[in-house]
Amino acid sequence: MSKNLRITNNKFIDQTTRISFKFDGKTLYGFKGDTLASALLANNIHLVGRSFKYHRPRGIMTCGSEEPNAIVQLGNDPSMTEPNTRATEIELYEGLEASSQNCWPSVKFDIGAVNNFFSPLLPAAFYYKTFMWPANFWKLYEYFIRKSAGLGKSPTEPDKDIYDHRYLHCDVLVVGGGISGIMAAKTAAKNNFNTVLIDDKNILGGNTLFQQNECFKINNSYSNEWLKKEISTLNLFKNLNIKTRTSLAAYHSYNYLLARENLTDHLDFNEKKNKIRQRLWKIRAKKVIIATGAIERPLIFNNNDRPGIILSSSIKKYIDYYGVKCGQKISLFTNNDSAYETAISLSNSGVKVNSLIDIRDKTNSLIVTQAEKLGIKIHWKSTVVNTNGYKKINSIEIMKLSDDGTAVVESKTKEQCDCLGISGGWTPRVHLFTQSGGKLKFRDEDNVFLPDKSDLDQISIGSCNGDFELDDVIKNSVNLTNKFLKVNNNDYEKLEIISSKEIDKKNIWLLPSDKPLGKTKPFLDFQNDSTANDVKLALREGFKSIEHVKRYTTTGMATDQGKLSNMHALGIIAETAGVKMGELGTTTFRPPYTPLTFGAIVGRNVGKFFDITRKTPIHDWHVENKAEFENVGQWKRAWYYPKDNENMYDAVQRESKAARDSAGILDASTLGKIDIQGSDASEFLNRVYTNAWSKLEIGKCRYGLMLNEDGMVYDDGVTTRLSENHYLMTTTTGGAANVLSKLEDYLQTEWPELDVYLTSVTDHYGTVSICGPNSKKILSKLIPDLDLSDKKFPHMSFKSALIDNIKCRVMRISFTGEHSYEINIQSSYAKSVWEKCFEAGKEFNITPYGTETMHLLRAEKGFIIAGQDTDGTMTPVDLQMDWIISKKKYDFIGKRSLYRSDTIREDRKQLVGLLTENPNEILEEGAQIVAKTNKKPIEMLGHVTSSYFSPNLNKSIALAVVKNGKKLKGQKMFVPMKNKTINVTITDTVFLDKENKRLNA
Amino acid sequence: MFLINCPYCGERDQSEFSAGGEAHIIRPKQPTELSDDQWAEYLFMRKNIKGVQFERWNHAHGCRKWFNMVRDTSNDKIHAVYKMGEKPPIK
Ligand SMILES: [Zn+2]
Repeated sequence: MSKNLRITNNKFIDQTTRISFKFDGKTLYGFKGDTLASALLANNIHLVGRSFKYHRPRGIMTCGSEEPNAIVQLGNDPSMTEPNTRATEIELYEGLEASSQNCWPSVKFDIGAVNNFFSPLLPAAFYYKTFMWPANFWKLYEYFIRKSAGLGKSPTEPDKDIYDHRYLHCDVLVVGGGISGIMAAKTAAKNNFNTVLIDDKNILGGNTLFQQNECFKINNSYSNEWLKKEISTLNLFKNLNIKTRTSLAAYHSYNYLLARENLTDHLDFNEKKNKIRQRLWKIRAKKVIIATGAIERPLIFNNNDRPGIILSSSIKKYIDYYGVKCGQKISLFTNNDSAYETAISLSNSGVKVNSLIDIRDKTNSLIVTQAEKLGIKIHWKSTVVNTNGYKKINSIEIMKLSDDGTAVVESKTKEQCDCLGISGGWTPRVHLFTQSGGKLKFRDEDNVFLPDKSDLDQISIGSCNGDFELDDVIKNSVNLTNKFLKVNNNDYEKLEIISSKEIDKKNIWLLPSDKPLGKTKPFLDFQNDSTANDVKLALREGFKSIEHVKRYTTTGMATDQGKLSNMHALGIIAETAGVKMGELGTTTFRPPYTPLTFGAIVGRNVGKFFDITRKTPIHDWHVENKAEFENVGQWKRAWYYPKDNENMYDAVQRESKAARDSAGILDASTLGKIDIQGSDASEFLNRVYTNAWSKLEIGKCRYGLMLNEDGMVYDDGVTTRLSENHYLMTTTTGGAANVLSKLEDYLQTEWPELDVYLTSVTDHYGTVSICGPNSKKILSKLIPDLDLSDKKFPHMSFKSALIDNIKCRVMRISFTGEHSYEINIQSSYAKSVWEKCFEAGKEFNITPYGTETMHLLRAEKGFIIAGQDTDGTMTPVDLQMDWIISKKKYDFIGKRSLYRSDTIREDRKQLVGLLTENPNEILEEGAQIVAKTNKKPIEMLGHVTSSYFSPNLNKSIALAVVKNGKKLKGQKMFVPMKNKTINVTITDTVFLDKENKRLNA
Repeated sequence: MFLINCPYCGERDQSEFSAGGEAHIIRPKQPTELSDDQWAEYLFMRKNIKGVQFERWNHAHGCRKWFNMVRDTSNDKIHAVYKMGEKPPIK
């Protein structure tokens, strides 16, 4: 640590606790309470990175979240390294390791810096113009651009840290713990509002915290002493929740805000362990008070980007708060009074101020007079026309401004310095206000955008509302807060305030130089490396909209979203184009205010918590029996059960054959189940299904097809009448939730007169399906006292029964075309019943089969799967299921649409069967079907929806939708594939057992 | 994110709700007697107003009730919520 850069009488950070850290591999020391930036400056390290385009050396420029240059890579653990962090916001801890970004091979010797010498070749939109053509060269360009531009390294392994989300509800949220935020929070808490005060720093107080200047006093003490007393009273309020290290990321409508709290980033490695790193607060506030302060503006002049050029207010914070001198011979350059505060602070701490260059004519405010008294030299009506020094500034060149400020006059003087403070006035932080949808107004007098209209219950107070002087800040904040909260807090009424008042204002967006514009480098956006010249070029090339200029020049599009650069870009555009800034408008500030880590965004929703996994009550059996699983919606369904070293194809062939030859068993628990009760249940089903339900006998089942109001097939399933007014509806696995919502919608909104109650019971029951010619024998072993004869228990009927005292609902229904039963059991007994069925079926070689075999078996029978063979454009007529449409019913959902001019078109795509000429050739699902292969362009007539090799038919079968397919039965068609064309014939959709003999076998 | 005052549950986060399109479109009692054009009018035609709009909402992750909302689409201000079957409190 260069000792001579620290002042020792500092009382804000703990200068007794030394901390070691590494920057670019070198071990350095700082103090507890330092930021990485203040510690680097104390070590006389200014150069921390290279600029994006020209690779110019860049140094620390600010002390906060607006930092454009000091962007570092934190840590080097492959799972926890973090790019693009701002050194000005990183609190120093023992063992911290950081490195420069955007320089290769090192910050001091940078290959990309040749760009700087070729910079006339790198104008605005250089990347767009040069690297866009020819398009296939982009691959090459990208490699070099990425390598040399290097926006940090992403972690290569999963993040090991823990992140968290929490909700927070409050009456009043105060954003910003500076002087106005503290007064507002205290007022709110005192008046019994449940109040939350957040600030992104580790300590409250804002810039007033270290303000010890004779020109700013409250009740005869320095403003910081007065504020310290105020802060100390805050913990008296139990209803005031203070969150430091918490930065507001986003402000959405209805006062919904997201804030990120840093919990462990400032701790050393041992203390961090097993703790939540960051928490994202989801805040809903009844009222919001924004007190986010203002950002100091830079000045735009030739070579204004050298390391050592720092915002004047930041130099003040470094000396007053951190006790760090940014230089030994500091010059200051300003257009307003605030640089004088810095000059006085430096001077009081024994740092030499070379001179103050002020673009204004001589002015006599309190603070200027104070500075003059201290003997600080002031160059009135002057500007810096150039700076020198490659890796750090070493001198500046000063000239007098002409009367109109557009040119420089007289002779040039050179001044040696090792640091230049710049102050271009203040920009209210209106980012959150605009994020929330608020509209801005422009104040010409000092060129600021201020909060204007908002639809939300919120106010902005303090300097984010355009009050920059202590007495205004206090007076206006108090009045606004009282009015906003409808209270009358007169604690602050009788304060005696001394505040220097700025008398003269002057602003020049782009300061003139003795060199012509094309020969200068006045940087606007330091992070994206765009200059005032780039903006002017864009305007010359015809860009008018601020949003277009921004994208073309990339001004304001870096990770700092142009917090420093936007106002000057607007100013230069307005000036060049001859329009008023207020009319030009501003660009949109989007959340997050500062970048959020992905960890904070996803919180705990990682790994198995990323999405819900639904498992059937029989799931463990499938796992034990080595099933492969497929995801169906959120469900894990057994897909197939490979034996020995079987692949999926072989397993499915074996399972399919076994199910038809003897017996198969399927876990059908995922099917949606809706319990329907009420005196109008039958009428309700009549209205939602295409077929008639009133005459369904108790104890019988019926297949139903549900349409959308547009006539297209939506879902299907079997519904059983359990008693007079009680039905159990099944839906497809994926459609369950949507079907319930749709039915509820109709019941609540269209037919509230119906007495019907719907309850989802999908998870309440497990379903075991046994099918095949031996299924009857197996069931009779399980339920010996149940008469399974076709007469007593025919296909499409239901019985209540007991399996070893476990109550079951047994439905004789079939999705495979085989003699088949579905046993519904209370979930907790499902696995046990499944095991009993399996045990009872062993002598018949009962074979567990998964969804793939189920799909194959139903395809052999031509049964559709809603969602696979239908896609929201198929009517029942298109599916050749005319039989299911009741002719007698007056109305049902979708009925009227079935004879719209479009739905009765004969050449609609219709479901057909397909057989390949070569029975061993299996079509690809999704493959296109054409009638001709010679004439181009070839008309696509349809596509394959389901395709399998059927082991029971010993040939390949497929379902497809084909234009006018119904009439094309027997026709030859072609399925062109990448390397060949497959010949197919259109057939009926039912391939196996057209007479349904097996159902009653 | 809106804060929606469900007429049955009170104020809840928007994430608990799903939107259901334009409100006060009554399903025709006798669809079979409508011409294609009349049926299409019911089936397809929806307003998409910049300004005050009447909408259907469902408290999907709550009481599951459908209700109506008057919302200004230009600023997302919710002027009123009311139960199904009730007349809009605002014209
Ligand atoms: Zn509700």
